[in-house]
Amino acid sequence: MLEWWDGFWAIYSSVIFGVGINAMLALSIYLTLSCGLLSLANAAFMGIGAYAASMISMQTGLSFPFALLASAFMPALVALAIGVPTLRLSGVYLAMATLGFGEVVRVIVLNLDITGGPMGLNGIPQKTEWWHIALLLGITAFALARMRRSKIGRAFEAIKEDEIAARLMGVNVARYKLLAFVLGAIIAGIAGGLNAHYTFTIGPANYGFENAVDILTMAVFGGTSNLFGPLLGSFTLSVLPEFMSALKDFRLAANGLILIIVILYLPKGICDPARLRVLRRRLFSSKVQ
Amino acid sequence: MFAQQLINALTLGSVYALFALGFTLIFGVLGVINLSHGAIFMLGSYIALLLVNHFQISLWLAMLLAMLACGTLGVLVDFFVLRPLRKRNAPHLAPMIATIGVAIMITNISQGIFGAENQRFPIGTIPEDSIGIGNLHLTAVQLAIVLISFSLMLALLVLMRRTQLGKALRAIAESPKAAYLLGINVEALFFLTSFAAAALGGAAGVLVGLSFNAISPFMGQPMLHKGIAVIILGGMGDIRGAMLGGLFLGFAEVMSVAYLSSDYRDAIAFGLLFLILLVRPAGMFGKILERKA
Repeated sequence: MLEWWDGFWAIYSSVIFGVGINAMLALSIYLTLSCGLLSLANAAFMGIGAYAASMISMQTGLSFPFALLASAFMPALVALAIGVPTLRLSGVYLAMATLGFGEVVRVIVLNLDITGGPMGLNGIPQKTEWWHIALLLGITAFALARMRRSKIGRAFEAIKEDEIAARLMGVNVARYKLLAFVLGAIIAGIAGGLNAHYTFTIGPANYGFENAVDILTMAVFGGTSNLFGPLLGSFTLSVLPEFMSALKDFRLAANGLILIIVILYLPKGICDPARLRVLRRRLFSSKVQ
Repeated sequence: MFAQQLINALTLGSVYALFALGFTLIFGVLGVINLSHGAIFMLGSYIALLLVNHFQISLWLAMLLAMLACGTLGVLVDFFVLRPLRKRNAPHLAPMIATIGVAIMITNISQGIFGAENQRFPIGTIPEDSIGIGNLHLTAVQLAIVLISFSLMLALLVLMRRTQLGKALRAIAESPKAAYLLGINVEALFFLTSFAAAALGGAAGVLVGLSFNAISPFMGQPMLHKGIAVIILGGMGDIRGAMLGGLFLGFAEVMSVAYLSSDYRDAIAFGLLFLILLVRPAGMFGKILERKA
């Protein structure tokens, strides 16, 4: 049994790490979406967190918790700075502006010396254990679940449903939006810090447009109406490639097709409570007959 | 020296403008950010390359056929992906993600078929010589790019401003529902718009393939980023805005490479974009559509 586990772990540990990291990223975008913000800056925040943590580990020799603190703190600082002007935008404009921000971050990282330029940073100490990810993911999910039922969560929901109505009810829209943006950046940053201390090497190409899109895709694929959606979405999309190795070169094409099909036929994502209720009712009534 | 840079800027800018034109046309009429536009641009380049290589037809005929093929693909994307979402009144996030799916598919399949390495049009496809006026050099490719881009842009502008069809399209841009009630065949015009936009994207692909000699499955993505920057600079859905925005971006990039540093060329587009969005979120020509309480 133990032997079987060792073999399994040797082959699939990278997938399991990936699932955990992706789950955190999906939660980070779920948070901003739950406040009605279509922000695509999460990949950039992940990158900022990854670089901040790696530089702490490689240059100061401080312990891992400090590196992770840096990976939360730096993105929060940047989010605070760019959030104030950017969050005046809404809808597609915000999406484009945050994509633009991501691209600017990528190019800056590409050209700075302290970030290693196009080569990125290599030889980051491997400090991330599986339970670090599990623990932080658990804390994040728990905190978000609690938040949904708190004053903050309700304010987010009010803003998402109707910004003007929320403002008229006395919700400080700008401040709550900024809060959602900064919290999302923190979660993405920590995911970046954890990932960097697992993958050993990071580079500017890891945090570009494609990654921003991947993160959004995981959340939307799973469904963003509740917390399980992003978790399920990130799990499915992280594990799916393992089952499609038969497609070889055309694996990505299959991914694209799945994405289209989900958007067309499951608009609320694969985890849609309303559909589940209908399903349950149907099962229940068939039992009665 | 400066005049030479101006010519380079004009060439690059008109390609950006041509690409952004299709992009902005779809946003203006369909209200959709079509993120598969970059992939269609890439495909246009490959189709022309294949035709020139295998059937030895002239470049201009190949370009026309590539535009037709891309346009058809654009209609297919509209029919199978955008139309169902339209019918459902899906939020604007949905078509964005669905077209990302389309882009991933097109790019990946192209990579599988054509290979990942760079290809180029055979030497001599277009005359190599250049026109010299004093110290200035204008190559045949540059001349072709500027002429073709500007005539396509002008044609579209006349179409939109001076014809009944353009009037109908503008009515749809204001409100598809009102246009429908006025007896305009909205669905047919959506297809036509998708066709025209994709054809323009394909044309831009052929021109870029000619001038940079590096056709690869991945050439669509960076262009898409530039296109996004351009249509925001110019105001989303605005045709004049896309043209001026494209030229402006080309100018800014060429000048930054010439007089500053080439490292930050790609940051220019998005740095500009970022600034514009902060100062004037609706772009240079766009109108802010804000719901008043």
